[in-house]
Amino acid sequence: MRSDRIKFIVFALVVLLLPLPLSGGYLTNVLIFVGINGVLALGLNLLLGYAGQISLGQAAFFGLGAYGSGVLTTQFGFNPWVAMVVVALSVAVFAFALGFPVLRLKGHYLAMATLGVGVIANIAFNETVDLTGGPSGLSGIPNLAIGTLTFDSDLKNYYLVWCFALGMILLSLNLVNSRFGRALRAIHDSEVAARVMGVNARLMKVQVFTLSAVMSAIMGSLYCHVMTFISPTSFGFSFSVEILTMVVIGGLGSVYGSILGALLLTLLPEMLRTFQDYDIIVYGLLLVTMTIYMPGGLVEGIPALFRLIMPTKKGTEVGNA
Amino acid sequence: MELLNQVTQFVISGLATGSIYALIGLSFAIIFNSTGIINFAQGEFVMLGGVLTIFSLNVLQLPLAAAIVVAVAVTTVIGILFERLAIRPLKNATPLALIIITIGMSILIRGVVMLLWGKDTQALPAFSGTDPITVAGATLLPQHLWIFGVTVMVIVGCRLFFNHTISGKAMRACSFNRRAANLVGISVGRMVLFSFVISAAVGSLAGVIIAPLTMTAYDVGVMLGLKGFCAAIMGGMGSGLGTVLGGLILGTLESLGAGLISSGYKDAIAFFILLLILFIRPQGLFKKGETERV
Repeated sequence: MRSDRIKFIVFALVVLLLPLPLSGGYLTNVLIFVGINGVLALGLNLLLGYAGQISLGQAAFFGLGAYGSGVLTTQFGFNPWVAMVVVALSVAVFAFALGFPVLRLKGHYLAMATLGVGVIANIAFNETVDLTGGPSGLSGIPNLAIGTLTFDSDLKNYYLVWCFALGMILLSLNLVNSRFGRALRAIHDSEVAARVMGVNARLMKVQVFTLSAVMSAIMGSLYCHVMTFISPTSFGFSFSVEILTMVVIGGLGSVYGSILGALLLTLLPEMLRTFQDYDIIVYGLLLVTMTIYMPGGLVEGIPALFRLIMPTKKGTEVGNA
Repeated sequence: MELLNQVTQFVISGLATGSIYALIGLSFAIIFNSTGIINFAQGEFVMLGGVLTIFSLNVLQLPLAAAIVVAVAVTTVIGILFERLAIRPLKNATPLALIIITIGMSILIRGVVMLLWGKDTQALPAFSGTDPITVAGATLLPQHLWIFGVTVMVIVGCRLFFNHTISGKAMRACSFNRRAANLVGISVGRMVLFSFVISAAVGSLAGVIIAPLTMTAYDVGVMLGLKGFCAAIMGGMGSGLGTVLGGLILGTLESLGAGLISSGYKDAIAFFILLLILFIRPQGLFKKGETERV
């Protein structure tokens, strides 16, 4: 327990000190998106890695958050913070209601149903032109502000996004080490056995589904205020797959793994600028090879590789001596 | 009368796209029944059928018939590679792992096609001209007749194969009980490979015959695959008449909805139906007796 706390404090310090040497440049901007994607991956990981329930519609909740905040602030003159709360609560109610029929499904059927929800949401973003501006997007979204402090630079937005992200990481860490988290893992291993032990599996699955939806929606709200412009292409099926890739690469059932996955997958396209759209080939390869050869993700894979290499090194040294 | 003609027109084009959904649904069901896998890359087989035909026609300068044969054959080979490289290495894989792997393969195939042929939408010429035929006040394209003809042939062919050949019967045995099938000397691994072969062939054929009507591009597979899955779910994941009816109903509803309500929500209609059926009747629209699981 204690080492967990130290780990988190070290992680938080790194996050808070990281932008100082970067002095608000381009990398700071990229790291904002690492924070946003990291929480999205974390939300899916709670559902997929801990409770074992897949969702291919995470981008829809992210989009609902972004469009909810965007539309309420630009069209209805809401205060951005009020809008964020209203949207988060609405998404919570929606996800809770949706969760009961959806999470009764298992495996492939669950994947297809959540995918369907995602596609329908994306079509709605495109077609409700009066509200959302349709395919050409919604612009003129205000920045967030506290009093006279307006979050209008990369550095300010970095601290804004990462404060939320650190809060949610802490929440998730506490959650997975609680009674609730243990029950989720029990559901993952065997739903029948968990229910026999008195775990209300159906309700808990819906609760964690709702939690991951709300986390995504809050990040969506932040995203729209950071970007000040949103369009439906950012919230499509391919983004849901990207979030899934982050979780799989980082490690299913690891909180820091999600952040690591998000970091890699957000930096990767930046490093592969010349490849432009072809990064999806890399995602595809990563998904397949990681699932086959490193099902625990990098968080388990890297230490395993070390263990594989270290003893052989020692062995050769002994041999030489 | 005007409205009636319109409705007839929508029903005709709906039945044509519905036939395509039915074929894709069949290709889903064939793999599902022998392996228990929902192949999320199924739509990519459909896309490959269309794209490869256009490639063979325009770049290799093959006649249309030969181009189609080449496209279906190449897609089938890709289906074999798919099974060998992505499905077989994982013994006792969880459904979750298989979902992630097939999604990965799907975006991999899509990415490679985009890399090789770009993002442009391409058209395949209609097989026998575009002179419309007027039937009961509505126009029917020759391509519609090709679609209906090929669909019927494939369905009859599948039925004959699964009911009257040793391989077909062996595949059905695997779908009933893999272990028992193994015990009587059926190589389950080979049947799984067969199912990928047949499924890729049927899927790509669907992609070929729809391409002249809707155009094709590297990214058409997602939607077509999902709608085919919807048809298969309506038919209870059987490879008999249920899936065919599911596809036809879906195609018709979608076409009527797009024509009479709003074309922007055309794709949403299919997914509402999918969700409704998953929530209310996950075993399919038609009860046990009518669906035949292969």
